[in-house]
Amino acid sequence: MTIVARSAVELVAAVRTGELSATACVEAFLGRIAAVDGHVNAFLAVSRERALEQAAAIDGRRAAGRPLGSLAGLPVAVKDALCTTDMPTTCASKMLAGYRPPYDAEVVGRLRRADAVIVGKTNMDEFAMGGSNENSAFGPVRNPWDLSRTPGGSSGGSAACVAADMAPVAIGSDTGGSIRQPAGLCGITGLKPTYGRISRRGLVAFASSLDQIGPMARSAADCALVLETIAGHDPGDATSLGDAVPGYTTLLDEPLAGLRIGRVKTHFGPGLDPAVAEGVEQAFATFEAAGATIHEVELPHADYGIPTYYLIAPCEASSNLARYDGAHYGHRAKPDGGHRAAAGNGRQHEPAAAGGFDSPLVEMYCRSRAEGFGPEVKRRIMLGTYALSAGYYDAFYAKALRVRRLIQQDYLTAFQSVDLIAGPVSPTPAFKLGEKTGDPLAMYLVDMYTVGTNLAGIGGISFPCGFTPTGLPIGLQLQGPALSEPLLLRAAHRYQQLTEWHIRRPALPA
Amino acid sequence: MSLSLQDVSKVGLLARLALTEAEVERMTGELSKIVEFVSQLSALDTATVEPLAHPLETRNVFREDEPQPSLTPEQALSNSPNHDGACFLVPAVLGESGAA
Repeated sequence: MTIVARSAVELVAAVRTGELSATACVEAFLGRIAAVDGHVNAFLAVSRERALEQAAAIDGRRAAGRPLGSLAGLPVAVKDALCTTDMPTTCASKMLAGYRPPYDAEVVGRLRRADAVIVGKTNMDEFAMGGSNENSAFGPVRNPWDLSRTPGGSSGGSAACVAADMAPVAIGSDTGGSIRQPAGLCGITGLKPTYGRISRRGLVAFASSLDQIGPMARSAADCALVLETIAGHDPGDATSLGDAVPGYTTLLDEPLAGLRIGRVKTHFGPGLDPAVAEGVEQAFATFEAAGATIHEVELPHADYGIPTYYLIAPCEASSNLARYDGAHYGHRAKPDGGHRAAAGNGRQHEPAAAGGFDSPLVEMYCRSRAEGFGPEVKRRIMLGTYALSAGYYDAFYAKALRVRRLIQQDYLTAFQSVDLIAGPVSPTPAFKLGEKTGDPLAMYLVDMYTVGTNLAGIGGISFPCGFTPTGLPIGLQLQGPALSEPLLLRAAHRYQQLTEWHIRRPALPA
Repeated sequence: MSLSLQDVSKVGLLARLALTEAEVERMTGELSKIVEFVSQLSALDTATVEPLAHPLETRNVFREDEPQPSLTPEQALSNSPNHDGACFLVPAVLGESGAA
């Protein structure tokens, strides 16, 4: 088996025993990136020299008999929403083009301290807003299974690079499905842990009550390995949980007998692609054969998930993204006169607002943000600002918060009678690039099965459970109560011992 | 529920986004459609439901009020579009627009 085809668990073991040098391991993945990323566009930055230096240092320490970290020599790709001191952090936005964070995200620091090697930063929807990666200011990622199709989003680069063997593991973030949906569309495994399980310090904020970082890999076992390192309390993130971090890898092999899995009838309603429905039904049968029992449960407010999410997330985003003012970092528009001359058409850049700007400073803010943000980010900032503005706050934002509680209560009730809920990740397999770009609302509906997890603050995992007749991966989602990561990983791992969907790899042009 | 061009222009200024006329026009249609869609929440009776702003509710986190390491001035200024070595430089805070 080639180096790049080996699992993260195998790679870490091979480097530890000396069967494989960290240098050979890192070189193999860097070589794969150089060979195929021209087709996929998964990476916004690759840290070739630094990664090889780090690998050489790990090999040196091993040769000297000194201790190595738990992920020594493991190449990891990191979504460009996490701060890294040695590579730019752009969130795939012109607003942050070339931005160099002065500190590492907590997750990045933990990976480095465990001797993982960060090979690059992955492409994404701008500021993590989108479900197709087409909102990147640096071009869309292409799905390795069909280069004319989306990898999903927003962590599309992280999903695609794992699917194409450019990294054994990637870090993503999930605000409404941004780990699970691209994992499903790219045929890999992605875990959105419980809100607060992993520190968000150094993750560029989108919607702070929903954002969560998680691992993406080719198997649940590989996700468990990485989660052990990156989970846990961080005094630098007041929302990170203090609960002890279980040994996720050692809990993987517990039997599934007696596991109660919930099936939600409305998951199988209108809009669900028949091939996806069939793949998911077969997964239920596999779990039953493994000793689990299936029970019908209801999530009565699930249909309100998308409208609730598309109020709360834009409201929080409009507040979080107010920090991009062109004053302290990020893009700043050239002074007024020069800008208009350069544009050649002053009228085009006139504010549509009657009365103009309040001051040169406000004008600088408005022009910098207009130039730095792409259309979807502007749309969500506008929607959030509108929903929070005087006269609308109660009807929209406060209303959505009340419905959010109803959605959370639905899950709490369901988890009194079942241990996990299973269903599709996305209503369809990967769609064509450009197919939904003209209709923002149609794009929002791709999150219909995933937003509930974030609104309730619970955990979810997605992994492949079949392929369409045309060869596109079909994803299964499991959702579990708060801090059920050991169970989510165990169930996914057991499924992956019984099936081979997660082993399949796309054939990319050489 | 639909938004007017004036609504969108006003929100653009509140959001500190200089929108072109074409953007205002396009966004008026798009936002009207989205607002109409999210308005379906009004069908639910939530009179007795408490708002849920955050999955981890009412949890204060304190630490001792002691100095902690922080960024140096050089680090803080390192990504600034314009600075004089000690301060961020920006256009005039007061005065007429366009006087930059």
